[in-house]
Amino acid sequence: MMETAALFSRSSSVWMRNAQVWSKLAGSSLLGSFAEPLFYLFALGYGLGQFIGSVEGVSYIVFLASGILSTSAMNTATFEGLYLAYTRMEVQRTWDGMLSTPLGVTDIVLGEVMWMGTKSVISAIAILLVTALSGFVESVSALWVLPIAFLTGCCFGSVALTVTALSRSYDFFMYYLSLVVTPMVLLSGVFFPLASLPETVQGLVAFLPLYHVVEMVRPLMTGGVPGSLLLHLFVPAVYCLFFISLAISLLKRRLLN
Amino acid sequence: MVQMHAFVKTPQIVHLMNPPVIVNANRLTKSYNGKTVVKGIDFSIKKGECCGILGPNGAGKTTTLRMLVGHTSPDEGRLEALGLPIPEKAREMRSKVGVVPQVDNLDPDFTVSENLYSYGRYFGYNRKALEPRIQKLLDFASLQDKADSRVQALSGGMKRRLTLARSLINEPELLILDEPTTGLDPQARQLIWQQLRQLQKEGLTIIITTHYMEEAERLCDRIIVMDHGTILADDRPETLIKKHIEPHVLEVHGDDVDKWHDALQFGAAIRFEQVGETRFYYGSELKSLIDSLDGWSGLRYLYRPANLEDVFLKLTGRDLKDD
Repeated sequence: MMETAALFSRSSSVWMRNAQVWSKLAGSSLLGSFAEPLFYLFALGYGLGQFIGSVEGVSYIVFLASGILSTSAMNTATFEGLYLAYTRMEVQRTWDGMLSTPLGVTDIVLGEVMWMGTKSVISAIAILLVTALSGFVESVSALWVLPIAFLTGCCFGSVALTVTALSRSYDFFMYYLSLVVTPMVLLSGVFFPLASLPETVQGLVAFLPLYHVVEMVRPLMTGGVPGSLLLHLFVPAVYCLFFISLAISLLKRRLLN
Repeated sequence: MVQMHAFVKTPQIVHLMNPPVIVNANRLTKSYNGKTVVKGIDFSIKKGECCGILGPNGAGKTTTLRMLVGHTSPDEGRLEALGLPIPEKAREMRSKVGVVPQVDNLDPDFTVSENLYSYGRYFGYNRKALEPRIQKLLDFASLQDKADSRVQALSGGMKRRLTLARSLINEPELLILDEPTTGLDPQARQLIWQQLRQLQKEGLTIIITTHYMEEAERLCDRIIVMDHGTILADDRPETLIKKHIEPHVLEVHGDDVDKWHDALQFGAAIRFEQVGETRFYYGSELKSLIDSLDGWSGLRYLYRPANLEDVFLKLTGRDLKDD
């Protein structure tokens, strides 16, 4: 118990450092984390929505809003875990500085992942606010997407940190983004219902954490109740735990050798 | 001069006769990919010492320091710092140690005082505990006027001073500096030296690696010379000079140096070395050589007492170290 409290307090100091840097640069960061997804939402929602009409009983833009929110939660944490974390590791040597204090690699990874979860929540709040004001959110229960956004951020943040731990330069991230992130966005039911895909593909999609996030966020934003909630929470949570431990051991090897 | 007592926890009773051992390394060995970079070294550092670790690139200095702070585990041997076994209790030990790294890792997005705050938080201190400490550290580092400046706007010397101040935020019992003045101009270097001497006077134990012999000679009361993973010498700087080098040195170079040298006659009491175009003569009696310089207008020369650099070059060799 004492151990856990000490661990939490040490990781919090990492979280606070990142939060403080973010608060100083919040303007540009906020713009990046919600302006782009909103452009997608309005352009595709109105543009394509004209042709599509309604999907699963709601207008296309309402259908799309939940997908965009989920994707944005993922992207925000991914960007933080790749580019910004790599900068802290290799360019600014922030982690080296931390390792000269009582902090260890585990504290740093947990603090970073908590921060990535937090950033996903911030991005989700921004998008939720704009979509709600525009009338694309059907129910107050949409507020439940915020804890889901935190889980999403922790999940994709820990995967991104693992990629960062293996990277020798920023260039390596393109592989992960093009070969993993982009296909996942296209296959997870963000832009169209999964039912449009062949059944074999649908089976594979069940292993993608983003699919489970969308499955929870969509009903919450469109006034429904998410089914199989435990399963949908379970998959991203397992990814999160697995990649946190992987990132810790890879970074130990990289930073403490 | 600012009162510094708050930074360094010095016990009231000073053990003059038998100061406690701060670091004890026993047969410390470390290999990377089959290459042994530290080969069974032994050393111990007592409280209040300022110990310089000198050695060419690849000598094993940085690896030794990394083992000391628990960033890498020795393959063999025993290591204790501040009475704690390392790496097992490295976290506890690091809470009482200050580190000045070779490469600056200040937070560029933060101001000077924000850097000190966020670093203090890593040690678990809250804002209230840090406030008075940070005021004193800013005074110590002569950065009072820069408290709210972004780090990016600081000169190289100011950044180093801030890094040194930051390493004192936890009132350490041991300060470890890895090449603290590399890349600084002479004025900035003098200021850092002055600050380190002040810390040493207050009883702080200091370990410092450097490539500057002048720095080591001025600051350290104890020098460890390393090369190829072993300790070649370990003594007070003046003892090292006495032990390894004749008291006087004459360096001669210039167009006519070969002709002059060939015309010379000197006995076995004078040791002679040639490095590139320069000839070095070592001995306790060099008067005849100096007198013979008179007729040679094309020669440039320097007659000086032996120094630590002579010891270093004698022990580690004069070949270029590029590995």
